[in-house]
Amino acid sequence: MKYLKTLSTALALLFVVGINTKPQAQTPEARGLQIAKSAEEADLGFESSKVNLIMILTNKHGQESTRNMSTLTLELTEDGDKSLIVFDSPKDVKGTSTMTFTHKVGSDDQWLYLPSIKRVKRISSDNKSGPFMGSEFAYEDLSSQEVEKYTYKFLKEEKINGVDTYLVERDPVDPKSGYTRQLVWYNKDNYRLEKIDFYDRKNELMKTLTYSKYKQYFNKHWRAGEFLMENHQSGKKTKLIFEDYEFKIGLTDADFTQNSLRRVGS
Amino acid sequence: MKGKLGWLKKVWWAFLPAILLLFGQSKAQGIEADFSGYVGYSYQHFLHDGLYENQRAGFPSFSFEPELNLSWDEGGQSLNATGFVRINFRDASRTHVDLRELYWQKVKNNWELSVGVKKIYWGVTEAVHLVDIINQTDQLETFDGEQKLGQPMVHYSLYSPIGTIDLFYLPYFRRRAFPGEHGRLRTPFILEKEDIGFESDMEETRPGFALRWSNYVGIFDIGLSHFYGNGREPLFIPGSENEGVFNVFYPVINQTGMDLQATTGPVLWKFESIVRQSANQDMFAMDAGIEYTIGNVGGKGLDIGLIGEYLYDDRGDLALSGLQSDLFTGARLAFNDVQSTEFLFGTIIDMERSTKLISVEGSRRLGESWTFDVEMRLFEDVSDQEFLNFFRRDSFLQFTLERHF
Repeated sequence: MKYLKTLSTALALLFVVGINTKPQAQTPEARGLQIAKSAEEADLGFESSKVNLIMILTNKHGQESTRNMSTLTLELTEDGDKSLIVFDSPKDVKGTSTMTFTHKVGSDDQWLYLPSIKRVKRISSDNKSGPFMGSEFAYEDLSSQEVEKYTYKFLKEEKINGVDTYLVERDPVDPKSGYTRQLVWYNKDNYRLEKIDFYDRKNELMKTLTYSKYKQYFNKHWRAGEFLMENHQSGKKTKLIFEDYEFKIGLTDADFTQNSLRRVGS
Repeated sequence: MKGKLGWLKKVWWAFLPAILLLFGQSKAQGIEADFSGYVGYSYQHFLHDGLYENQRAGFPSFSFEPELNLSWDEGGQSLNATGFVRINFRDASRTHVDLRELYWQKVKNNWELSVGVKKIYWGVTEAVHLVDIINQTDQLETFDGEQKLGQPMVHYSLYSPIGTIDLFYLPYFRRRAFPGEHGRLRTPFILEKEDIGFESDMEETRPGFALRWSNYVGIFDIGLSHFYGNGREPLFIPGSENEGVFNVFYPVINQTGMDLQATTGPVLWKFESIVRQSANQDMFAMDAGIEYTIGNVGGKGLDIGLIGEYLYDDRGDLALSGLQSDLFTGARLAFNDVQSTEFLFGTIIDMERSTKLISVEGSRRLGESWTFDVEMRLFEDVSDQEFLNFFRRDSFLQFTLERHF
């Protein structure tokens, strides 16, 4: 009996290995999902992180406006990540902060802190397609990218800007998303994202997000130093510059409470 | 001036050595310091002549709110200070200085301890803020009661798997201040801060205590609170001899409050309720309603929030707010543009009387560090049965320009 069990395990292993060595035998959907999961696995284990952001908004006349903020993230595997965003400028919203508990399935939980009256408000996370702080980024573009939030389809392998990539189409599961589909270019070597094309609800190309100035941390975690989001329909663009990344800084669930939300804002 | 600010000076002198010590050590100890705030100019224009003699129509004023935050011990300890100054050129009584906050805080794992002057906000509803009782209302600043005076306290907060527990010891009470002879939004008789006495012989020094439990489970955010001490709202008891004559004082109260919000997709269900007991008056009040947000209308980034709340206060004619049975409807427009343009339209309609209150608030950023605000409040067909009747000719329009740093 024990022998039989070992044999079946060995056979199952062979079967799995067989699939992995013959990707062409997979459906495009299975392969797309596999690439998304590999990308998630490649970044597992950062535990918690902190980063400062500079957001530069440019309108179609080339006029610029700048915002500063910082983000704290707690990595969770059973459910989605927890994060805190604190604004430092524009000065009239200094201290305004948001806290988001991402869920793999269903709506995220979100709170907003208004420092002038010291009020914490639970807010609806439904409005994910709306612009974040007047920028070309929608809330959903900046929230934790859980694998379960999309369905996938592998399209082809492609070389862009001298980099070998997998091109995968992903469709948002949530009907409240502002997109019908996204085209995502994953780096073949390390699964980091190189570029995303966003198609609006009318299935027209709306925005392109390009990742650049990648740096690797702890010999594992790749983080882009810049995100550039260009809106093809409005002619506006937003650049996000990430500075002073810190990882494994010892944050726990106790650092993501309404009390912490008030503290980071004061 | 000495009487008005005496307590404030005491607090300041107690903290000053600590601040100087911290500044002195800042280089060596890795203290992070952050200074910010704003200066503002406002002009308030009243649309009708006042009801009482000598009331003015136009009120220019300046305001200044500096804020200093120091943190050390890798963020484990901090000192937070916020001051506020208003200089009103036409109503001297509205010129005032307040220490909004000046507290030391220590944070460790799942608890935090704050000692000093602080502002605390409780509650979920938009039209009234019933459960929010820790701080005295700054009556001189806003009509909607959202501006508060700093409250001296010791505040301990513990975060646990069964929710957050907050304990408050409030050693000193702050009286409300009122507009002067030339001011608007006032009673026919000029009220001085000191005119309103206390039920308790200990007056301002009678300590207050408060306890709050709050938690979040799935779609629900809930809070239960209890307060014991000098009531923040003066109590008006009709005099026994003459009709229309009131005894006014700060009673000793026990107040239990509950606030609840359910967040279901684009709809927020909100409920707040209080039960207040004192030797001379027991009361019950509630606010129940919904807020529905239509996000990113037409893909243009505009959010429209529709708010409806029913307000009830069982004191009837004795409700200072006049909200004994009223319906609030409002619309919030957020354009989510680079200038953060926002509008809030609101009406409060009395279900039993003729009174209607209409408000419009708008704000927009100019450049990177200026903001421009408009506020309009209209009092229409105010019933002579409620306190608000004193303000029936006080509809106003206000413009504010602020420079933030």
